[in-house]
Amino acid sequence: MTDASMGATPAAKGSLTTEDARTKKRNAAEKRFQMYGIAAIGAGLFFLLVLLVSILSSGLGAFQQTFIEVPVYLDPAKLDKNGNRDPAEMAKVSTFGYGPLIEQAIFAQVEANGIATPLDSSKDMKALISASAAAQVRDVVLANPDLVGETVSFRMLAASRVDGYLKGRVQREDVARDKNIDAEHLDLTDAFVDAGIVAKQFNIDFVIGADASESRPEQAGLGVSMLGSLFMMIVVLVLALPIGVAASIYLEEFAPQNRWTDLIEVNISNLAAVPSIVFGILGLAVFIQFAHLPQSAPLVGGLVLTLMTLPTIIISTRASLKAVPPSIRDAALGLGASRTQSVFHHVLPLAMPGILTGTIIGLAQALGETAPLLLIGMVGYIATNYPDGLASGFMDPNSAMPAQIYEWAKRADPAYYERAWGGIIILLLFLMTMNIIAIILRRRFERRW
Amino acid sequence: MNDMSLLERRVDTKDTKISARKVQVFYGDTHAIKDVDVDIQDKTVTAFIGPSGCGKSTFLRCLNRMNDTIDICRVTGDIMLDGEDIYDRRVDPVQLRAKVGMVFQKPNPFPKSIYDNVAYGPKIHGLAKNKAELDEIVEKALRRGAIWNEVKDRLHAPGTGLSGGQQQRLCIARAIATEPEVLLMDEPCSALDPIATAQVEELIDELRQSYSVVIVTHSMQQAARVSQKTAFFHLGNLVEYDDTSTIFTNPSDPRTESYITGRIG
Ligand SMILES: Nc1ncnc2c1ncn2[C@@H]1O[C@H](COP(=O)(O)OP(=O)(O)OP(=O)(O)O)[C@@H](O)[C@H]1O
Ligand SMILES: [Mg+2]
Repeated sequence: MTDASMGATPAAKGSLTTEDARTKKRNAAEKRFQMYGIAAIGAGLFFLLVLLVSILSSGLGAFQQTFIEVPVYLDPAKLDKNGNRDPAEMAKVSTFGYGPLIEQAIFAQVEANGIATPLDSSKDMKALISASAAAQVRDVVLANPDLVGETVSFRMLAASRVDGYLKGRVQREDVARDKNIDAEHLDLTDAFVDAGIVAKQFNIDFVIGADASESRPEQAGLGVSMLGSLFMMIVVLVLALPIGVAASIYLEEFAPQNRWTDLIEVNISNLAAVPSIVFGILGLAVFIQFAHLPQSAPLVGGLVLTLMTLPTIIISTRASLKAVPPSIRDAALGLGASRTQSVFHHVLPLAMPGILTGTIIGLAQALGETAPLLLIGMVGYIATNYPDGLASGFMDPNSAMPAQIYEWAKRADPAYYERAWGGIIILLLFLMTMNIIAIILRRRFERRW
Repeated sequence: MNDMSLLERRVDTKDTKISARKVQVFYGDTHAIKDVDVDIQDKTVTAFIGPSGCGKSTFLRCLNRMNDTIDICRVTGDIMLDGEDIYDRRVDPVQLRAKVGMVFQKPNPFPKSIYDNVAYGPKIHGLAKNKAELDEIVEKALRRGAIWNEVKDRLHAPGTGLSGGQQQRLCIARAIATEPEVLLMDEPCSALDPIATAQVEELIDELRQSYSVVIVTHSMQQAARVSQKTAFFHLGNLVEYDDTSTIFTNPSDPRTESYITGRIG
């Protein structure tokens, strides 16, 4: 249908400065359509904003942690009974030996600052500090035996209830039902904050540290699972990129067009739509139950994610190979280049930006994938910081970022809820970085022909 | 410019370079070339003329087996180059195409530098032992392609940045850089202005000294100007093949006559 009038006699022409009825209607339709579009974009932006605000407001807290700054007297009578500073002997004192020293140090602070509190013994201080503090002090002492006998200032994690109180997560009303902490502790915390002994600070260990037990959310970090994700991504990149590119080049440039290649093509498109959990159970059956690869290993996770990413990479690679104009191939073949030469000298370099973008987007998808990892047990609980326990990387049990976030969200302590959101912020940062790299690559290498 | 009148043009009989017998080409069920017999002579310019869709490009592409790249295309019959069947099982089309070069209808430079465009063929065929030799080959080809003066100061600028006509001459230079024995040109001047066309025609005339050139063209004048032999195709048939002067002055088939006088096509 055209708007041109097809009548035998041309209609009388009106002035160009007044719209005729048809033009008016057309312009109104156009305006209406634009309004729909703007409304749709507005709705999208609104939801994005809500999402961002809720993620940031729930998760940013995880990057800050409450610390207690106290000078601890490293009592030789407790830590080195024989007085010879022999590390082997000192190692016999477990973290239980350090606990009282720390409690005394905090109690000393109460007295030194003249804080009035019904808590009148050092034992009562226990609820304020994280259970991780003893290990922290012990590690320092074992590393520097000469410190024994001196008073060393430590910045140790506060207990998660204290942290929650400062962040507004723990309310005074809740404390009555909480056996981990009492209202007196909260009073003392307030006094310590006034004295500058307790304060919230940026907590790098959340980003680079290891997971912690259910009862120590203040100590848990995403670092080790980040490493797990990194190992998996290396596996995915090393396997999926060459396999995917080779398959696409063969299908696109060499394979004859027949029923078999059609069938393969349809199946690849279908594979891209298969739910990821299916790949997970496939990986469980093939890699773990049949091939007996270790559970929870980044290698297995990487293999499963490779299967999942391959269709994405193949589809995007084929699309970018298709986008290279056939005249380039003709030019090369016409000069007496072989097909392989024409592909590797001319077609592939032109398709490279598209291939890389597709690969990065595939990797980003794989990075955020959770379901298949749960099925192959990529939710290993690793509480040791690297490099301990992660020396052999690909085969050692580990977790991955999204799986770790899922684990945290599952735990009962509300402090872990905050950490789950914090983990999501980190994950999103990674995904955004990868997408930005993909965009830059595309812009950078975009070519005209 | 070559402005001899048609009658003055001397056509001497030379050795046959390519001889085609009973060539049939099918695209799936479409019968695109029907029973074509033709002898293309060495050191001669042969023009293929005919209405659009009559199979000129198809037949041209048979001569260097570029049709192999089209899955549905099937060629039967014999095409001999210097007495060897180019569709023989043992013939590697890659070697054949080094001998039978091609310039396409649409300029298709590689999105690389002008220098790399021309150097690519010699490089993959190992025609130059070192950089200096390669430089020499590139310069010679660009000079013969009548584009040297325009690009000599920007050899490392992208070939895709040239104008359409310059790109076409670059493609011609690229094709002759590999020293083919036969040069196939599919409407090489369709994107060119009259000046560039004249330059290309001059080049074709010069190439005739050493090569056999086959050119597809829609311009009767061009066919008359540059070629010594002309083949007229119509609906997949080779209707008439003779000396250019004969075709244009005294065609034996009525279809040829109506085409060159503009009544069909
Ligand atoms: N790749 C192809 N697939 C199917 N049919 C084709 C293909 N290429 C050409 N044909 C058909 O073969 C016939 C001859 O085409 P060809 O391109 O050889 O014509 P031509 O003489 O070069 O025309 P023009 O002067 O317009 O370039 C046409 O009917 C065309 O439809
Ligand atoms: Mg054509």
